[in-house]
Amino acid sequence: MSRQLTPLWEVFIRSRNGLAHKHVGSLHAADATMALQAARDVYTRRGEGLSIWVVPSTAIVASDPVDKDMLFEPTGTKIYRHPSFYEVPEDVGHM
Amino acid sequence: MATTSVAVLETPLVLGLLRRADDALVLAHRLSEWCGHAPVLEEDIALPNIALDLLGTARALYEYAAEVEAGAHVPPRAPVLDEDALAFLRDDRQYRNALITERPNGDFAHTIARQFLFSALADPAWRALMQSADARLAAIAAKAEKESAYHLRHSAEWLIRLGDGTELSHARAQAAVDALWPYTGEMFEADDAERALIDTGITPDPAGLRPVFDRTVDSVFAEATLTRPADGWMHSGGRIGRHSEHLGPMLAEMQILPRTFPGATW
Repeated sequence: MSRQLTPLWEVFIRSRNGLAHKHVGSLHAADATMALQAARDVYTRRGEGLSIWVVPSTAIVASDPVDKDMLFEPTGTKIYRHPSFYEVPEDVGHM
Repeated sequence: MATTSVAVLETPLVLGLLRRADDALVLAHRLSEWCGHAPVLEEDIALPNIALDLLGTARALYEYAAEVEAGAHVPPRAPVLDEDALAFLRDDRQYRNALITERPNGDFAHTIARQFLFSALADPAWRALMQSADARLAAIAAKAEKESAYHLRHSAEWLIRLGDGTELSHARAQAAVDALWPYTGEMFEADDAERALIDTGITPDPAGLRPVFDRTVDSVFAEATLTRPADGWMHSGGRIGRHSEHLGPMLAEMQILPRTFPGATW
């Protein structure tokens, strides 16, 4: 019952030097405002973040683990997709 | 328990600092009592977070109070007191906190209502103190204000959801507000000592903060569908050390270790 009143939310934090929000965990909250506050309290206690996203867990569409082989196995033999077959000119610097 | 309490020379500034520090420490201790007992994990972390904010503010104020107290002696003496002595070696009659801060936690609605009513004044008070003629106090206020703004937002959002929630949560929130309202008057008191600080621009006149407090309370209560209690008889006495029966047991638990083993470290 209480779990229906406080649905599950997924929390994403953008760190000080990070460009993208990263998934850090989940929490229960009554609505979006309370979820943001709880995310601040639970996941940014050590100065981790500059920005928070919260997303209802029900809004996430996940791939089926059963499809794992079909989805991911074919890439295993395509090593040429890794950018490791050419030299980076020195003038380019750190990429 | 052989350790005796310390004597404190309470000049207006020392008293003004102790009153604010004691507010913060006593409320911090009450909130810390929720640690491990809160209804959900999220609040089990959120309430001690607020407690730690308040504890930090109390430490800064005690440290400053100890320095001011030392300088007030004739001739001035090196600080004998420190933050630990002021927190652990004063008994309940020497504590200067407003009575609302020592109210027992009660149910979750009581804890939230207590935090909301306290923060609704504490937040504008810290904001005003950022303009204090006392630079050290202004610096402490600048840090405390960011924290109190969050305490106010957190407790207000909860109060709105409790008041405008289920029939049961509404009843409990209204009962909490009704029970705590008679403790709000004391927060606006200004005796001669406080008046001396107001007249020298060190602290703001609490009467001037009343409209801000009223606006906050009225708008949150309206959204929470709670009825604002009438301003009737108000409790008083905490600022001069006359406390309820609840402070003594709290201090006993808080102080037993440093009083039993003076100077203990761990």
